[in-house]
Amino acid sequence: MLETIAFYFLAILTLGCAVRVVTTPYVFHAALYLVGSLLGIAGYFLMLDAEFLSAVQILVYVGGIVVLIIFAVMLTGEPGGRQAESSWTRTLPAFLVSGGIFAALVYLYSQTEFVRQYPVENNSGGYAQAIGEKLLSLGADGFILPFEVVSVLLVAAMVGAIIVAKKEGGK
Amino acid sequence: MLTIHHFLIISAALFSIGIFGLLTRRNAVVVLMSIELILNAASLNFIVLGKFVTPGLVTGKIFAIFIIAIAAAEAAVAMAIIVGIFKYRRTVDVEKITDLKW
Amino acid sequence: MGAGIETNSNLGWFLENAWLIPLLPFLAFLISGIFLQRFKNAAAAVSIAAVVSSALIALGMAWQFYAGDFSEPLIPLRWQFLRFSAGLTAEMGVMLDRISVMLATVVAVVSSLIHIYSIGYMHGDKGYARFFACMSLFTFSMLGLVFATNIFQIYVFWELVGVSSFLLIGFYYYKPSAVAASKKAFIVTRFADLGFLLGVLIVSYFTGTFDFVKLQSEASLQVLNNVTLFGMPMISIAAVLIYTGAAGKSAMFPLHIWLPDAMEGPTPVSALIHAATMVVAGVYLVARLFGLFVASEGGLTVVMYIGTFTCLFAALIALTQNDIKRVLAFSTLSQLGYMMLALGVSSAENTLGFTASMFHMTTHAFFKSLLFLCAGSVIHAVHTNDVWQMGGLRKKMPLTHLTFLIATLAIAGVPPLAGFFSKDEILAAALEGGHGFVFAVALLVAGLTAFYMFRIYFLTFWGEPKACDKERFDAAHESPPVMTLPLLILALLSVVAGFIPFADNVYYGSPLEHHGVNWAIAVPATIMALAGIAAAFALYSRRGDRPAKIAKSLGGVYTLVKNKFYVDEVYLFVTKKIIFNCISRPAAWFDRHVVDGSMNLIGRVTVASGRLFRKTMDGKVQSYALTVTGGFLLLLLMLWHYTKVLGG
Repeated sequence: MLETIAFYFLAILTLGCAVRVVTTPYVFHAALYLVGSLLGIAGYFLMLDAEFLSAVQILVYVGGIVVLIIFAVMLTGEPGGRQAESSWTRTLPAFLVSGGIFAALVYLYSQTEFVRQYPVENNSGGYAQAIGEKLLSLGADGFILPFEVVSVLLVAAMVGAIIVAKKEGGK
Repeated sequence: MLTIHHFLIISAALFSIGIFGLLTRRNAVVVLMSIELILNAASLNFIVLGKFVTPGLVTGKIFAIFIIAIAAAEAAVAMAIIVGIFKYRRTVDVEKITDLKW
Repeated sequence: MGAGIETNSNLGWFLENAWLIPLLPFLAFLISGIFLQRFKNAAAAVSIAAVVSSALIALGMAWQFYAGDFSEPLIPLRWQFLRFSAGLTAEMGVMLDRISVMLATVVAVVSSLIHIYSIGYMHGDKGYARFFACMSLFTFSMLGLVFATNIFQIYVFWELVGVSSFLLIGFYYYKPSAVAASKKAFIVTRFADLGFLLGVLIVSYFTGTFDFVKLQSEASLQVLNNVTLFGMPMISIAAVLIYTGAAGKSAMFPLHIWLPDAMEGPTPVSALIHAATMVVAGVYLVARLFGLFVASEGGLTVVMYIGTFTCLFAALIALTQNDIKRVLAFSTLSQLGYMMLALGVSSAENTLGFTASMFHMTTHAFFKSLLFLCAGSVIHAVHTNDVWQMGGLRKKMPLTHLTFLIATLAIAGVPPLAGFFSKDEILAAALEGGHGFVFAVALLVAGLTAFYMFRIYFLTFWGEPKACDKERFDAAHESPPVMTLPLLILALLSVVAGFIPFADNVYYGSPLEHHGVNWAIAVPATIMALAGIAAAFALYSRRGDRPAKIAKSLGGVYTLVKNKFYVDEVYLFVTKKIIFNCISRPAAWFDRHVVDGSMNLIGRVTVASGRLFRKTMDGKVQSYALTVTGGFLLLLLMLWHYTKVLGG
């Protein structure tokens, strides 16, 4: 009962803020609405037994990425904070395509029977520990390699971002 | 009674809204925000399936972590590019940056 | 080279090598046409040497052939170069039979005399070398036509003769009237050749052969007779179609319009081509296909009527013309009419007309070319074609006068010159065939011929020149020997040709029964001729105004005849007003707008669609993203449709 209420509340929060992100003419407001949407997602993670992940989501996404976005908004500010409107020749096809995708996905989901693959195991130590172990294990289903690769990716992204955004003249 | 389909619909909706924003908004930064929405939808999908289909595995959560990490890297680079464009063009309106036009 | 050149090697030398006769002028054409255009005298010399040699070989050939009394045609050379099917082959060859030997000899001899004459006549003309090259080409074409073994070959050489004629009529290409005349000749004859070609196709399709001998065999003719189209047997249709070709080349009414205009060419050309040789090609064709014509109902009847009509029609017009060459041109038309009607009155039983036609062809070649050459001399001397500006030239140009008189007597049919005998045979043939009306017309035309020929004779050579023509008269002088010698030779031939025993040598099928002169015909004919001469003497021997008064009293009729019955105007009207407006213009519109238009449309559509597609490249990232996402949606749908989803 509580679950259902929470679900619908989070649904309204997430989807409502998402819609405002894509429709508000004010760029800064869009960034704030994005925060709302991401918080909703974090809530969902909590509901779905992914507590660690909800924390990571808030820490990294909201705390890091959205701050970065706000920096960008400030640096590239439109006058008055408004953005120009798109013409209906652009919104209509976009609406049709995205609506179509939504409909197709929903239909696909409705046709699929999701069979529970593995029996529920006893998770001693909680998921955080399990995640950590999985991430760093060298075994057959260990994720150490992607983990390291993502580290490299992050370094590369950092270096690239610095170079691209550097001021001219300071070679 | 909440089934998997409830959550999947949420993630599908979020995905579609993100696509809509990607195709419609004129400010490049907002386009990036829409991309973040899309990525979040994917992440949510992983977690949902992880809970309902493979409750014994943590694979879904690990993928969600990776998605977050990659989204961070991508957002950083994208911002850098947007700032760079702004330096030269004094605008981030995607309709105005048409160097690839015929 | 194609499949086999057959030669025949147990005949006399001249007969075996008769193929040299057309070949020598052809080589002369190539050599003088390609290499010797800058060396005028060399070009002339080569041409003349070739044609004179041809003439000598031809004389030898004629001697051996007629002495040998061959009943079947001889074929010393046959070259098959294209095989269409088992029986149908295209070949070139040389066929010697009674009419081909005769005509080839005439053509070669007359051509060589005219070549010699041209040395003097064309002297100083800047196209001197070109003239001789073209004349050689013509001689080769005509000989090839005469010697043809099959209808395909005769058609090829028919067209070649047309081309040579075009080149020679338009010889003075800087004169617009000459260019127009050569175009007219070529177009009219080409148009007539359409019928000829259809006839050739029909005949060769049904009988399966081109060869003249096989074509006219009993079996072939039977086949043609059996097939019918709209109730008419194919043989008659083919005969009439082939006759249209012959009528075009021989200038029968209504395809005669090109011949008077062809007088724009130099006088030797008129003499050779439009008097003696090319124009008789039509008559020759009918004679060559005589078996076909005889076997067809109505084929010979058409020939006869058209020939008779042309004969009378042309003679009437000749009465009124003032240009000496035009009178001679219409006279040629009239005599060709005689030749055609002689063939037309013949039948399977009565082949006198055949022989008469060939006889007249030969004698006409001699005296008509002589008339033209004399006219050329006269024109050369007084620098005008108009008979009313000549007069009294018999004192100034005695040799020309003498030869002209002989030729005129010959054409008028005064015995014992050549024309008398040949015309007599034609009249006899008409009467024997039972065609009384034709006989009467032919007799009348004999009188008219005498009249109009002597009209120009008296106007040119008798009377006193008018005061204003004194200068012209004083400047006139006799032509040099190189021109008068051929005149004399031709005059001699015009006198003696009548005594050549044609009936024994040139006939169709079997030899004719020998009969001498038919006095019942000869006497009326001679009387008509003398009457014509007398009338001309009365009116024209002294300058007076009686002719003018008579002309005025005839009024409208006279104008009608003088304007050649307005046939040219009718043609112009039909082509310009009717054909151009109703057929050509819509066709041109269709071609420009529909045919070209559809091509342009394809081009324009391509360009427009290109421009349309170009609009999708607008440089906006979101457009591209839209395309990508749209594609993704499509893939989703396809996936859903084709697999009915995973798990299901």
